[in-house]
Amino acid sequence: MTKHQNSSAFSRRTILKAGGALVVSIGAPVSFDVARAADNATLAGTQPPLTPDQLSSYIAVKADGSVAAYFGKMDMGHGIGVAIGQIVAEELDVPFNAVKVFMADTATSVNQGGASGSTGIQDGGKQMRVAAAEARRVLVAMAADKLGVADDQLTVTDGVVQAKADATKTISYSDLVGGNYFNVQLDWNKKYGNPLYAPGKAQPKDPKDHKIVGQPIKRADIAPKVFAQEDYCTDVKVPGMVHGRMIRPAVAGAVPVKVDDSSIADIPGAKVVWDNGFLGVVADKEWDAIKASRQLKVEWSNATPPFPNQNALYDHIRNAPVRKREVEGKQAGDVDAAFKTAARVIEAEYEWPFQSHASMGPACSLVEIKDGKVTCWSGTQKSHFVRAGLAALLNVPEDTVHVVWKTGPGSYGRNDADDAAMDAAFLAKTVGKPVRVQYMRDQGTGWDPKGPASIHTARAALDDAGNVVAYDFLSKAFSRVDVDTNGSRPYDTLAGQTLGVDLKSGDGFGIPAESYEFANKRTAWETIPPLLDRASPLRSSHLRDPVGPQIHFASESFMDEVAAATNQDAIAFRLRYVRDPRDAAVIKAAADKAGWQTRPSPRKDQTGDKVSGRGIAYAQRNGTRVAVVAEVDVDRRSGKIWARKFTVAHDCGQIINPDGLKMAIEGNIVQGVSRTLWEEVKFNTKTVTSVDWMTYPILDITETPGSIESVLLNHPEIAPSGAGEPSTRPVAAAIANAIFDATGVRIRRVPFSPDNVKSALS
Amino acid sequence: MTQKYSLNVNGKVSTVEADDDMPLLYALRNDLGLNNPHFGCGLAQCGACTVHLDGQPIRSCITPVSAVGDSKITTLAGLGTPEKPHPLQTAYIEEQVPQCGYCINGWIMTAAAFLRDKKKPTDVEIKSALEGLKCRCGTHMAILRAVKRAAEMMG
Repeated sequence: MTKHQNSSAFSRRTILKAGGALVVSIGAPVSFDVARAADNATLAGTQPPLTPDQLSSYIAVKADGSVAAYFGKMDMGHGIGVAIGQIVAEELDVPFNAVKVFMADTATSVNQGGASGSTGIQDGGKQMRVAAAEARRVLVAMAADKLGVADDQLTVTDGVVQAKADATKTISYSDLVGGNYFNVQLDWNKKYGNPLYAPGKAQPKDPKDHKIVGQPIKRADIAPKVFAQEDYCTDVKVPGMVHGRMIRPAVAGAVPVKVDDSSIADIPGAKVVWDNGFLGVVADKEWDAIKASRQLKVEWSNATPPFPNQNALYDHIRNAPVRKREVEGKQAGDVDAAFKTAARVIEAEYEWPFQSHASMGPACSLVEIKDGKVTCWSGTQKSHFVRAGLAALLNVPEDTVHVVWKTGPGSYGRNDADDAAMDAAFLAKTVGKPVRVQYMRDQGTGWDPKGPASIHTARAALDDAGNVVAYDFLSKAFSRVDVDTNGSRPYDTLAGQTLGVDLKSGDGFGIPAESYEFANKRTAWETIPPLLDRASPLRSSHLRDPVGPQIHFASESFMDEVAAATNQDAIAFRLRYVRDPRDAAVIKAAADKAGWQTRPSPRKDQTGDKVSGRGIAYAQRNGTRVAVVAEVDVDRRSGKIWARKFTVAHDCGQIINPDGLKMAIEGNIVQGVSRTLWEEVKFNTKTVTSVDWMTYPILDITETPGSIESVLLNHPEIAPSGAGEPSTRPVAAAIANAIFDATGVRIRRVPFSPDNVKSALS
Repeated sequence: MTQKYSLNVNGKVSTVEADDDMPLLYALRNDLGLNNPHFGCGLAQCGACTVHLDGQPIRSCITPVSAVGDSKITTLAGLGTPEKPHPLQTAYIEEQVPQCGYCINGWIMTAAAFLRDKKKPTDVEIKSALEGLKCRCGTHMAILRAVKRAAEMMG
């Protein structure tokens, strides 16, 4: 349908009102927004502003009756787009295949927070659900007007409204509004990002009536991926584009003092972009840009090597000044007094290294600045925040910046994607051409923001009978937000930091998320300053389940230690102290499915080099509960661990798509095994030395668990919570506890690489 | 030094002009407009750039364009189509394998050559054939299921 036809068809209508609100715009001339038209949405009428308080910002019914869902978050590989499509289709009573979800384009969606904290369904889906429900309410009201039948005497099936009493009285969504924007005001809570919430007047469906939500619908994006038909952010090209590469110092903190442009004079089109600590090159051809970045002669400032020796890392954390301390969670009693009168005190300390996102490919971004508009193609997790960052860096109004999200080369939090977008923007501005930047592997692994290293001390006070009467847990760590979790401010990106903006390092960590009740309980964290405050390859930020793996490695290993020290079964011990029924349920479900034999750890019935053991760990995460039973084989001679079998019980409230959930859990377990057994960012006093897959090894396919079994506890009556990260949280402790069960040796430092295990066992 | 090279890619012969040391990957991606394979490491450590050279998987990120000669190059796009998919592509869709999917070339192109030459492989043989390839999202379980499914389809 052309826009002229659409407009003509619509102009024959009278203004339709429903629920007191003007439902659709009939304004002439028809205005098309270029960006929204780009998705082939043939939408006519005056477009309401793209603001969170407009229904049109989330839902559109196109001329052919199909539904566009504009989602301000994106899919990092867990199939969130399918779940959102299910939710929207469910509430609108249209077939699942009638819904197309458009993700995270700043020109078509509002800032719902991007991929963040496993909130895709928990927060993002919640909003899409109420928006779709409101769209249905409005459409039914319009139909009531048109058909002369009361709202409550109408039903909707596959996008067709029908009178209950007269099957001949029907009208389709397409006939009602197709091709025109909703013009319906929502009750927005004035918040952006994850907390954004803007319901209409409609009540979403009762979960017991759900037919599409809860179904194992498959992802439609897999086929284009396996047939090489999908453009990733790495694949976008625009006319006149040149290729950029960044140059980082060999000693972190050094800045260029002399750059010899003539050293790359023989490379066609090669140009240097140098401003303060920012140093990059561009060339017409990608290989030439790479060559230029390697060939350019640079004299660097004589920076003092900023880092301690790797083997002094944990001592550094122990001795470092505390920048911020927070006591969080449910505190109880007088912990210090309880320890003074304890019959027995158990105490342990745990250590977790810096870890890298080490995304499958280094980050890539393309930025074009043309006719007063900035367009950025990025694999970022936070396109709306990147828009703000680009506007600030380029000193242009935010509404002139358009960030197009494209699938990137893997992302598990605040990786290098936002840095690449900003670097590309600065290069593009400087050379006056569109610039595509992709980092090289050593930059992807060596210079991404790192998951923070930490130490954790846990103490338990026991009475004469062995009851836990006090628990004290403290993390001391680099901040999870030394650089913030999004690129909305230049000071949180390498471009801003190398260009010399004022710095603002944030403080944040976390505490164990569980429901253990002890008469006296204290959980706290302390953060320390970064090792290097500007443009550091060890700056720390969010990596999948930010700080969850490290905290729960410590807290759930420690619960196991207390159980073992008091000769109690690890599950019986936990069930004695957890208070939340859903927590107890996941623990029991995992134990049942795994065939857990009640007995204390360690096993005492094994001899020889090859031994095996089992371990449990559990955690909450923002409403979700997960218990993991790990069964591992330990080769005492080689130190090699095979995490052979996992049984995962998972409760995230209502399940939107059980197959999608299972796949998310599998990925989380495998990545969790990798982080537990192998991953540690290596560095020397000058810089990070983990720069590729040899120096930052991850789990190999030959070490894949033999099986991962999931028990999905569905609670349709409970609003869905997240599943993107929670199941990775207990993995390290479950493995550590299984190693203890097998060997009687407690390993308190990650990773459990063969060398580390061998030395722990000897 | 820049020279002209004739490349036979997915059955089509094209000419590219490139430095003799330029890896094949950049010719495929930039000169021939094939968005797969991907750049993952440039070091032959991950597999994201894997293509077939006369049926054998190679890492195009370290293979100089000057070393290709008359060999026939097959990329993921040339392995199968939606209308005529390779069994591995069918199995990948059935098993819903990828998360980000950036690693796909390595696994599918390596497994395709392996399954062509090895019928009814054991689990250990499959894992061994795929050793060293990287997937950062952790889809290993699904990859193994898909390769086994494809092996069954290929008899």
